[in-house]
Amino acid sequence: MTPTPSLWRLFWVFFVIGGTSIGGGVVGYLRSGLVVRQRWLDDKAFVELLAISQALPGLNATNMSILVGDRLRGTAGAALAALGMCLPGAALMTAAAYVYGFSGDHPASKAFLHAVAAGAVGLVLMVLVQLGAKALSGLADYVFVALTAALVAGFGVPVPYALIGVTALAIWWHRPRPGAGPGKDK
Amino acid sequence: MKQYLEIGGVFAYLSLLTVGGGMAAFPELKDLTVDVHHWLTFPELLGYYSIGQLAPGPNMMMVASVGAHVAGLTGAAVALVAFILPTGVLTFAIGRLWNRLADWPWRPAVQRGLGSVAVGLVLAGVIIMGRGALTKPLYVVLAAVVFGLLMLTKINPALPILASGAIGILMHLYA
Repeated sequence: MTPTPSLWRLFWVFFVIGGTSIGGGVVGYLRSGLVVRQRWLDDKAFVELLAISQALPGLNATNMSILVGDRLRGTAGAALAALGMCLPGAALMTAAAYVYGFSGDHPASKAFLHAVAAGAVGLVLMVLVQLGAKALSGLADYVFVALTAALVAGFGVPVPYALIGVTALAIWWHRPRPGAGPGKDK
Repeated sequence: MKQYLEIGGVFAYLSLLTVGGGMAAFPELKDLTVDVHHWLTFPELLGYYSIGQLAPGPNMMMVASVGAHVAGLTGAAVALVAFILPTGVLTFAIGRLWNRLADWPWRPAVQRGLGSVAVGLVLAGVIIMGRGALTKPLYVVLAAVVFGLLMLTKINPALPILASGAIGILMHLYA
């Protein structure tokens, strides 16, 4: 482990990761930045913080920044890490809205955006498959997935109802049973 | 002022739905920004969402685009802060509590239950996105090719998505 970084250094490292992590996989960029290059964390701590980030609401990359920033430099560290992480992408996307204001009605930019959207569906499908491979085991999990999707996309049930209803059902299904060990029912 | 409050309220609410990643909030994002508040059209939202896939940093920085689209720079800042702050504070607090929860017997059940529902919300998001984006055979083919490339190779996802856009322009010009 290297010594505790200054707040400015912390902000800067997250700002660079936030500005260079093009194409999704921001978690991979975070690992190579924080674990490999800066050595602020080891892999075990990284995976542990990542698990918390994924279990809680919020964007994974933002949650990771907050947890790592807090671990290294407390409250100010958490705030600066999250800010550095978000600023470059948010600035670019704000600029995109202004560019769109000038050129959004042009047929060529419509054609571009529509085709990009189609490509993005392919990307989200891949994310879906990868998430599913990690998070799902056993038929019941797939039933909960299908139920959630059917309620939201098929029947237009507002997400909070589906989220709370199906999560409660799924937690009850996986509830700790005496004698089975903590949660190891499969 | 009222508009900033509305933007803040919508994105603070959406942030709480982002379990397992930003995509989980997509169904409500579409519903609230397009159907309820009429801040932008569905194709515009899809456009921002898709450009957002090309931007660096956390996914869903496109909330700044929606904010800017409705109410300029201030709108972008309000949308971003509202989208980050509530879950950020929650993560901060739970991060400090987590070690004490390590032996909580319900923890694995909560993690697995939330995991399935998060995947289900992403699936719902893909379905809703697909209804808006895959309106012609060409678009279905593009989505399928990008999906195939990303599953089979280690290519940076930004490249095939940009290539899709280029193909879209070419087809517009020459087909």
